[in-house]
Amino acid sequence: MNSTLIIAALLLILLSLAYQIGWSKSRTISSSKQEKLHSRPVYHGALVAIWALVPALLILGLWVLLGDTATRQFIMAQLPQEIVTEGGSGLVTAIQRVRSIASGFGVAGEIQPFEQAAADALRYFTFITFMVVIAAAAGTGLLALLYARRRIRARLRARNEVETVLRIGLIACSAVAILTTLGIVASLLTEAIRFFSFINPLSFFFGTVWNPRFATVGTGGEGDYGLLPLLWGTIMVSAIAMLVAVPVGLMSAVYLSQYASKRVRDIVKPIIEVLAGIPTIVYGFFALVTVGPFLSQLGGFIGIEIRATSALTAGLVMGIMIIPFISSLSEDILQQVPRAMRDGSLGLGATQSETIRRVLLPAALPGIVGAFLLAVSRAIGETMIVVLAAGNSPVLRANPAEPISTVTVTIVNQLTGDTDFAGPQSLVAFALGLTLFAMTLLLNVAALFIVRKYREQYE
Amino acid sequence: MTDTTASPGTGTVSAEENRARIRKGLARRHRQEAIFRGMGVAAIAAALGFVAILFGMIIFKGAPAFWQATLTAEVYFDPEVIESDPRPVQQEGQSPADYRAELLRWERAVTLSNWNAVVADSIRKLAPDMELERKDALELVTSSVRYKLRDMFVENPDLLGQTVSVSMLGSANTDVWLKGNIDRSLADDRQQLSAATRELADRLAEEGVIRSAFAWHIFTNVDSRSAPASAGLAGAFVGSLYMMLVVIALAVPIGVASAVYLEEFAPKNRLTDLIEVNINNLAAVPSIVFGLLGAAVFINYFKLPLSAPLVGGMVLTLMTLPTIIIATRSSLRAVPPSLRQAALGLGASQTQTVFHHVLPLTFPGILTATIIGVAQALGETAPLLLIGMNAFVANVPATPMDQATALPVQIYLWQGNENRNFFEARTSAAIMVLLGLMIMLNALAIFLRTRLEKRQ
Repeated sequence: MNSTLIIAALLLILLSLAYQIGWSKSRTISSSKQEKLHSRPVYHGALVAIWALVPALLILGLWVLLGDTATRQFIMAQLPQEIVTEGGSGLVTAIQRVRSIASGFGVAGEIQPFEQAAADALRYFTFITFMVVIAAAAGTGLLALLYARRRIRARLRARNEVETVLRIGLIACSAVAILTTLGIVASLLTEAIRFFSFINPLSFFFGTVWNPRFATVGTGGEGDYGLLPLLWGTIMVSAIAMLVAVPVGLMSAVYLSQYASKRVRDIVKPIIEVLAGIPTIVYGFFALVTVGPFLSQLGGFIGIEIRATSALTAGLVMGIMIIPFISSLSEDILQQVPRAMRDGSLGLGATQSETIRRVLLPAALPGIVGAFLLAVSRAIGETMIVVLAAGNSPVLRANPAEPISTVTVTIVNQLTGDTDFAGPQSLVAFALGLTLFAMTLLLNVAALFIVRKYREQYE
Repeated sequence: MTDTTASPGTGTVSAEENRARIRKGLARRHRQEAIFRGMGVAAIAAALGFVAILFGMIIFKGAPAFWQATLTAEVYFDPEVIESDPRPVQQEGQSPADYRAELLRWERAVTLSNWNAVVADSIRKLAPDMELERKDALELVTSSVRYKLRDMFVENPDLLGQTVSVSMLGSANTDVWLKGNIDRSLADDRQQLSAATRELADRLAEEGVIRSAFAWHIFTNVDSRSAPASAGLAGAFVGSLYMMLVVIALAVPIGVASAVYLEEFAPKNRLTDLIEVNINNLAAVPSIVFGLLGAAVFINYFKLPLSAPLVGGMVLTLMTLPTIIIATRSSLRAVPPSLRQAALGLGASQTQTVFHHVLPLTFPGILTATIIGVAQALGETAPLLLIGMNAFVANVPATPMDQATALPVQIYLWQGNENRNFFEARTSAAIMVLLGLMIMLNALAIFLRTRLEKRQ
């Protein structure tokens, strides 16, 4: 911690020194030689600072990457041979003891002579390496600084160089988005391929039984990994959610954009959008303790057996969650329909509802379909509501009042708390994730395509 | 008009008929209009109703959990029960490690005293005539009371032989019983408390010894398994705070930089098109997929620690980046082109134009986008489950590399607790805290935006 502060302070000093030198030298040139500078002194200062900082940072970065391994190797070289060859927890403890003796905190119990010797050597080693690293970083930084200082001329295009560096930084930041996608695809694919080395892809994609027995590795019990029950659960819950969200969302959008006065709109719209900001875990809890028991009682009242945790419960609550999504997207799209079309219809004597049903909605249909696809992709990927309220029962059932399980629930169940991806039990999560990713990707691309095409039509 | 359109020979009768037909048709059309409009109103009412029910339910269930049964008892630190040597003092020349070991040995010896007896005695004194068994007396208060007394003693060994009045938290079961969250007519074997303890609780509540006090410990304590009544949100809160700091430190610079590049600098070519499509897609990728990415890359490949807020923050950063990029781009687009043209025309370079003139104007937009992104990250649960943040953590994380949990994950853990009667209310209370934070963040965003926009 202390050394970090020292390094940060040194870097700061180097930085301000370099900036100051670049700034003042360029000023001197312009005033003494009466030459006009190409770039303002600020840019000369910044350029020298960049020159000084980059090599120093590179050296420090190398030390961060390799330093710990080097220290470890050094301690191991100091320890008696038999501890090192034995390895295991004894070695780890020995290294830890040496480190805490060297740090001055000490250890409980007797300190053996070899430990003391190793700790003394380590303290010396740490000090020397720290000094060497700092000297190297500062030295290269200073050398680069001097070089950059010598480059300063009145004609030096310092601003352009600084701007290039800046632009490279911006490009690197935009690349993060690409790297993320690549990371998702690569990690899902590699782990899924490892899963398919255990399980035949055909029996995964077309299997109708889901029963990943949590067998200890080696007892032979492989279990069944049929995707279909989970996929069916996902589709059923999403369908129920859309049945709730589409009528309510679409009609609210129509009412808010065509009928409501500005005052009503200003009050109602934010309140509906509150639904979009609520964390999904809250919806899940709401489904579990309020909606589920309510549906179950309602079912008992009219004589149908409805389980408290079921596809119906989860779908209903998920529908509520999606309402603002559909209503705000549809509203945007309805607003985009040219006013002339609406006025034309009204001018011909159509009532407002006729205008909406026969003119506005058909014209906005592609956009609304796109919005629905986006909503479906959100429903498919939703996790916490189904984890809490769908009952987690991966069986192919047609009755929505029974518990089901979905792709997302199973990912959570198979991977939670387990990170050595050794067996198919945890690797299957990645195959499921790949399926989910592919499905949502298709839906999104289709939706974006439709929305974009529609927009061109009227713009 | 009807006359001219009507066929000759039928005359005015037909016009009358026509008018009647139109009137009938109009009535039908107006009825349809009313129905359609009614459907719209019904949809709005349904949506508003959902909001009302959701918030009503959470507040109805959660608000009582902020008040908990608490009592004050006289505690006698009985020298016959508490066996203890004097507290060790650091000798000169003793290494810190040795001193700490000796102190720990002493504390362990103190802990081994029969603190339960001390607690039970002080409770028996509240109702001397009831002749309570020790088990029944202990059931009344939460099990962390004995640690509280032990800590008081460790802090101040002079308490030995003294009597102090100590405020004790009722146990979860006492709280449930007194709040009526359990059916009082249930048979003895199905009740969580013994008959004697129930009688004691009722009597003390009537006498006013057990009061309902505001449960500050919900905000100051960490999660607890053995003493659910004293479980709090502090650990989860700090975990969430670290993650939000990581998100702000990483997502904002990266997001703003890539938005600036894509909107202001990027040439129109295949690569930028690819990045654009990418960002739009990432915005719609399910959050759990980011969790899978974190588990495979950060945990399994880079060997970063499980359950660390740093890793959680990095996963949430990747998840919120598209939100921030898209919002920043739209606020960059809203800056009038005339501004850029003026700066370029006066000889500023493109970089100078962007950084000196365009970007400062988008500051309110970027701020709003940041807060919205942070609020979204604050409520996210699923990806955190996959990187091990659902582990039970019994202390406040000191650094972002320590084990921690997060507010939404704490809610997930509490709703799954088997002591349903108590934890349903506690979970709702935690949800109220989370929603309160999110409302505050959003209100801040709205406030800052209106203020900053006014100033410009």
